[in-house]
Order: sequence, then C-alpha cells, then structure tokens
Amino acid sequence: MSPALSVVLCIVLLVILMIVGGLLTWVERRLLGLWQDRYGPNRAGPFGVFQIFADILKLLTKEDWIPEFADKPVFVLAPAIMLVAVVAPFAVIVFAPGILITDLNIGLLFFLAMSSMTVYGVALAGWASNNKYALIGGIRAVAQMISYEVFMGLSLMGVVIIAGTFSLGEIVERQQSVWYFAYQPVGLIIFLIAGLAETRRLPFDLPEADSEIVAGFHTEYSGMKFAVFFLSEYVGMTLISALIVVLFFGGWMGPFLPPILWFVVKTAVLIAFFILVRAALPRYRYDQLMELGWKGLLPLTLLNLLATGAVVLAIGK
Amino acid sequence: MSEQPDIVAELKAMFGDAEINAQTTRDGMPTIWVSGPKLRDVLRYLKQETPRPYKTLHDLTAVDERERAHKAGLPPSDFTMVYHLVSYDRNEDIRVKVPLSGEHPSVPTVTDIWKSANWYEREAWDMFGVNVEGHPHMRRILMPLWWKGHPLRKDHPARATEMGVFTLPEEVAEARDEQNEFRPDEWGWERAGEDFDYMVLNFGPQHPGAHGVIRMVCQLDGQEVVDVSTEIGFHHRGAEKMGERQSWHTYIPYTDRIDYLGGLMNEVPYVQAVETLAGIQVPDRAKVIRIMMAELFRVISHLVYYGTLAQDVGALSPVFFMFSDRERAFDIVEAIAGGRMHPMWFRIGGVAQDLPKGWDTMVADFLKYMPRRLREYDKLVLKNSIFKKRTMGVGDFTIAEGQEWGATGPMLRATGIDWDLRKKRPYGGYDQFEFDVPTGKCGDIFDRAWVHVEEIRQSLRIIEQCLKNMPAGSYKADHPQATPPRKERTMHDIETLIDHFVHVSWGPAIPAGEASCTAETTKGQTTYYLTSDGSTMSYRTRIRTPSFAHIQMLPVLSRGLTVADLAAIIGSIDYVLADIDR
Repeated sequence: MSPALSVVLCIVLLVILMIVGGLLTWVERRLLGLWQDRYGPNRAGPFGVFQIFADILKLLTKEDWIPEFADKPVFVLAPAIMLVAVVAPFAVIVFAPGILITDLNIGLLFFLAMSSMTVYGVALAGWASNNKYALIGGIRAVAQMISYEVFMGLSLMGVVIIAGTFSLGEIVERQQSVWYFAYQPVGLIIFLIAGLAETRRLPFDLPEADSEIVAGFHTEYSGMKFAVFFLSEYVGMTLISALIVVLFFGGWMGPFLPPILWFVVKTAVLIAFFILVRAALPRYRYDQLMELGWKGLLPLTLLNLLATGAVVLAIGK
Repeated sequence: MSEQPDIVAELKAMFGDAEINAQTTRDGMPTIWVSGPKLRDVLRYLKQETPRPYKTLHDLTAVDERERAHKAGLPPSDFTMVYHLVSYDRNEDIRVKVPLSGEHPSVPTVTDIWKSANWYEREAWDMFGVNVEGHPHMRRILMPLWWKGHPLRKDHPARATEMGVFTLPEEVAEARDEQNEFRPDEWGWERAGEDFDYMVLNFGPQHPGAHGVIRMVCQLDGQEVVDVSTEIGFHHRGAEKMGERQSWHTYIPYTDRIDYLGGLMNEVPYVQAVETLAGIQVPDRAKVIRIMMAELFRVISHLVYYGTLAQDVGALSPVFFMFSDRERAFDIVEAIAGGRMHPMWFRIGGVAQDLPKGWDTMVADFLKYMPRRLREYDKLVLKNSIFKKRTMGVGDFTIAEGQEWGATGPMLRATGIDWDLRKKRPYGGYDQFEFDVPTGKCGDIFDRAWVHVEEIRQSLRIIEQCLKNMPAGSYKADHPQATPPRKERTMHDIETLIDHFVHVSWGPAIPAGEASCTAETTKGQTTYYLTSDGSTMSYRTRIRTPSFAHIQMLPVLSRGLTVADLAAIIGSIDYVLADIDR
C-alpha cells in the first residue's frame, strides 16, 4: 500500500472511530432504555439520534475547567493517553481484505502493548486530579487492569497456537473453514471477561463505581476532557469487539454480504452484547474481582493454553 | 398484663413507694416518674435485672413543661425527660419520666446502659438544652453547630418571621465554615498508624450513593473502613416544632413527608394516637381502607428499596423495572386518594372519602400483575450470584445488637426475631388478617433484602384480603371530634353551621392527656407520642422514627469492611433522610 493511501486511510478511520464513539453514546442509551422498559433519548431528531450533536455541542461549549488543586500538565495529558491507547490498535485490525492500515506480523502483540497503555491514562487521571475519590478509582483501575492484562494476553495465545501467527490478517484467513470460537470457547469467554475488565464496564466498572466513589478517576473532569474519557471508553469497547470478531468469529467472512459489512455487523452484535451485560449484572467488589482474576481465570487460562498446545502437538499441525 | 406481676408494683417493691410515681395515660402504657438521682438505677434494673427485661430503648426525648396547663397530679417539672422502653419477653412497653427543674436542667447519661442513647441524648440537648452529664461526645446533632437557642423550647420562635431579619456577613459565614470542618481528633480517631496515615474520606453530604444529604466521614486504611462518623441534620425541617403550631387536623400532611417514601403509611401512627387521645372508635370500613392503603404504600416503599439496593451494588436495570411497577401502584393511590406520593388522605376518625367506583378492578389487576414481576426480580437480583457474593455475610449483626441499638422493622427481623407489631400487638384491625412475618437468619444485607421482598408478597396478601372482604358501612367515625365534620350535617340551622365552621377553621380541641402510638411502618417502627393540653393544637409532638436508630448503627455494621460494602450497607438500611432528621 502506498504511504499516501495509508495516511488517507488513517484519517478516514480516525473520523469513523470518532463518529462511532459518538454514535455509541446514543446506541447505548437507546438499548439500555429498551431493556429497562423506558425510552432513552428520543426527542432530538428521528429516534433521538441528534442527541449526539446536542451532547457534543454541550460539552464543547462548557468551560474548559481544571481544578486549582490538580496537577495541570498530567491532568491534561491523561485523557489524551487514554484516547491514543485505544485508537492506535485499530492500525493492525483487518476490516476486510485490503482494508487495513498495516498488517504487522506482531499485530496481536501490538494490540496487547497498546491496551496496557490505557492504564496510564486512568492512573494518571486519578493521581493528577488530587481528589480522594479519583485516587481510589485510579488505584482500583491499576490493580484491576494489570491483573486482567495477564490472562488477557494468555487467553489469546490459544488462537496464536492454532493459527501459528501473530498477524491478524493471517489469523482471519486461517478461519476459512472453521471460526476459532469453536476451537477456543474457553479462550473466547476469558477474553470477553478480560475485555469487560479492560474497558471498565459492568460488572467490572469499579474504577468509576458511582454509588461508591462518585465517578472514580474522572470525578474532576468536565467538558471536552470528560468527553474524551467517554469517547475512549466507547472506542475501547469497539476495539475489543472488533478484535473478538477478528480472532474468534472469522473477521470479514460470511456469505452474500460484502466482507466489510459482515465485519461491521459482527462487531455491532458484540457491542450490543457488551451493553446487555451492563444492563443485566451487578458489580463485583474489589477483592472479589481480584480473587476471580487470579484464582479463577488465570489458572483456567493456563489450563486452556496447556490443553490447546497438547492437542495441536498431538495432531501435529 | 393481668396474670403477670405489674411492672409498676414490681418497681415500687424494689425502690420504695415514694420513688416511683405512676401516671395514667390515655394509651394505657405503664408510665412512671422517678427522680433524677434514681433514674440510672431504675433503668438499669429494667434492662438488666428484672426477669423478662426491657432490652430496647425505643425512644428518648424531652418535653418542655413550662407552659403546660393541665399538670394536675404530675410532679412539678420544667422539663421532663421521657424514656420509652420495650420488653420483647413481656410484649410490653414502659415509659419512664424524670422531672427536671430550672432553665438549664441536667440529667445523667444512660449511654453506658444503652449504646443507642447516644444520639437521642444529643438530640435532647440540641432541641431542649437538657445537659446530659457524662455523655461521651456531646454536640448538636440536628441543628447547625452555631445555632443559638434550643428550638423545641417553648420560648424559641417557630416561624422565621418571629426571628428578625436574616443576614449572613462574610466573616460569619467563614467562621461557620471553619466550625464545620471535620476534626478527626474530636471523634477520638487515630490519625496515623505506626508507619502510615489513615485516609479521611468525606462521603457526602452530596454523594450519589448516599440516598440524600447525609455526611459519613470514613477513616480508611486502603479500601478498608476503620471507622465512620455520621453527621445528620441536613434535612431537618422542624417537623416536631410544626406539630405545636398546626391544628390536629392540618398536621396530617406533614406526617406524609416524614418517611417520604411511605406516604399514607406515616399517617397511621399519628391519626391513631390522636384517636386514642380523643377516644374515637374507627368504623370497620375505614380500618380496612386504611390497612389496604398503608400496605400498598409498604409495597411502594419496598420496591424503591429493592431497586436502589440493587443499584448500590451496581445493577442498573432493576430500579427502572421497580419504579415502573411503583407507578402502577401510584395510579391506584391516585384514583382512590387523588394524590400520589403524599396523598394526605387519612383523617381523624376515618379517611377523607369513600372508595371510588372501580377501585376493586384496579387493585385486582395490580394483585394479578405484581407476583409475576416479583418472580422475575428474584431471578434478576436475589438469585444473581454476584449479588449474593456482594451481600451475603456483609454488614450483619445479631438480635442482641439490634435490640441494643433500637433496630426495628425489617432491619431487626432480618436477624431472625419475628418482632412485628402487626402480629404482636395488632392495631387498627390487623388481627383480622392472615399473613406471615418473614424473618432472616443472620441479619446481613442479603437477609434484609430477602425480608423486604417477602414483605412485599405478604402485603399483597393483605391487600387481597382487603379486596375480598371490604366491609360496608361508613368511612368515618360518628364522633363529634372526627375531622372534618360531615358536610351533610351542616347547613340545617345556625348551630350546625357554627359547629362546622369551628371544626373546619380551628379544628377539634382534643382532650388533655398523653398517648403514643407505634405502628409497623415501611422502615421499622414509627411512634407518635402526643401530648395534648386540651387545645386545638398539640402541646408536644414527638416522632420516633426508625431511620434515626438504624443510621446510628452504621459504624457497627461497616467497621472493618470496604468502601464498596459501605455503599451496599447504606442501601440495605432502608433509610430516608426526612425520616432521620424530621
């Protein structure tokens, strides 16, 4: 691919991601409304879809306020880190044959590395706010994300073993006959759980648990900086969903429809699933979350990896 | 009572005739006067030594007697401290009074006998200026720290217009802010451990998890709550003071707003206490209507509890489902009473109107609809494994602790004792109904939630019986003091017109005397202790609310747990701020 095309694609992707992030704020509220016997935003425009613009306008026109007691440079930097860390991995996602920015041969590792970066955003936001609730939220986030990162990576290694590559493009192509969720059901479930934890969504939204610590790490944020946190949460959710599609559900593959559409549909279903989980479950407690991670999911992941390796070795792929 | 040794006789035998002066009250509750020096001995005897002891200090309050006209037969007293004790074994209460004299009276503390006395004694100081000797931490509780005077004294103005122009110069405001600052040392907190400092986390007065304006200052060691101190009073509206300037009848709307989720349920103890004072017999139809409406409000209030508790442990959806069910119940309330949350519909001697046409189909529809929804919620909340994990074994306490701290209602029943006044001392016609009293096992959050949910089912059972057996007859007592007087009896001649006019404008003059009525309301036991001086207004209206006692327990429940547990415990206590602060 020519560099010029790459740049154009990057810009297009960036714009699309921002739109998707904005759209998801509305989608989530409508879907939650549907599942909670209420309407959700339905006043501005058809089905309330202009609510997105109303929100953006509101957030843009708000005073860009930084608390006096905050550590200003870090306070500003934190949301930026968050957004960069969730947007960058899209560079290695294969949307459809030929529609991709780059197919790194270590694509999966690049994703894992970048997703580890988000923890900096949260931790620094919590620290720089100089607010106790934010600090507690930040600390919770660090503990949670670092713990879940461990088996997040490991849960994907089963796929890597079967595919024999870290390149996302190749992984999709290896799923011509069978999608990998059939080979790696345990890996899929664990990655889903880890993904929920990584994006800090219920039942793992401890860093921003409103009934306990107000809004957690972004308590002191308002206006556009708050919007950036919000946006990165939705982009992060899209990222995890897209990745699950690529790794477990055959990426763009599917009959009749054009590949890119298949990719979008699959991703959308997974995003809806994420939202459904939020509508359905209560929240774990800090220590229970840690226990679940280290005592439950980590051993399970290792077993899964061991079994996958043994089977692959036995069949001799 | 007859077969048991009368407690008054027992006390007289123990302490001598001269020490124990019995008083007869309209409600028939044993009431004795003891002198200040003997007070602690008598109370300690009642709690610890007498067989079948009085384990709970249900209420502690004071009365400013200085302007009371009808004091015949009572010991001379400027202020009176009133201790209301409950014995579970006897199923009997006792009221112990202490006469105090002078402008700045003093009374010994009883906090070492009942831990729960702490807040009540602070309230007595705050409201009446009764100095409590030996109290561990005396400071104002409901009023701001800078308040001058003691509001429930008769010489304290009740209206803002009596108080002069309000000004707040900057320097005064600053001084008050400074006074408000939380000083951990005052509460006996350690500031630091050997190699670390504790974190002081200000939970409230504005906090999304606090259900209202209440301030809980937590001493944290990491995520662990080492200690909590609770500051209340942000929602104080002087409901008791208002009782002294509203007619008996016009005070009813205020009672709705004490526990603002309980609506009509709050009016039950108030109107029953007034009826006891006036000796009004309520007709059967009015009784059953009252029970039906009150139980409907129990359902309404418990649905809010259920939903918000689920929300406090992080589940987003249940609260929406339950609020929409609550709307259905409100539709019934609206059709019957006209209002929704606070219909102010009960009257002295009955209810405001007869039931409208078609009320029965509405109620029947609701009874058909609700159980199915409750089964769904079981799956959504109570059977959810994360919910169980978050709530089982968290924030538990024992029966003995509950009785020590004055816990009542579902909070106490979750520990395993079936103490429900609707069964134990059926009031207002509850003896005619079949229902069970659900009890928990260990008094943790899960048990409290479960008891609440079961109570919704039992309330539906009661409502169904009301529906099937609604008696015919009048909806209001045929008594001269039943208020408002019947319209069809007026406009015949000048006497009936005058009578109607006087009753509507001034309201009835209730005979002098004292009566209290305790009812099993949504959150626990609410007691209205009314003193009438034979006038058109109450001389003293004391409202004992369950939330006040429950929220005082908060440190006991949450020490050693995490911040997340604290949020869940707060959700499980089922308090509303208006019920705490009044």
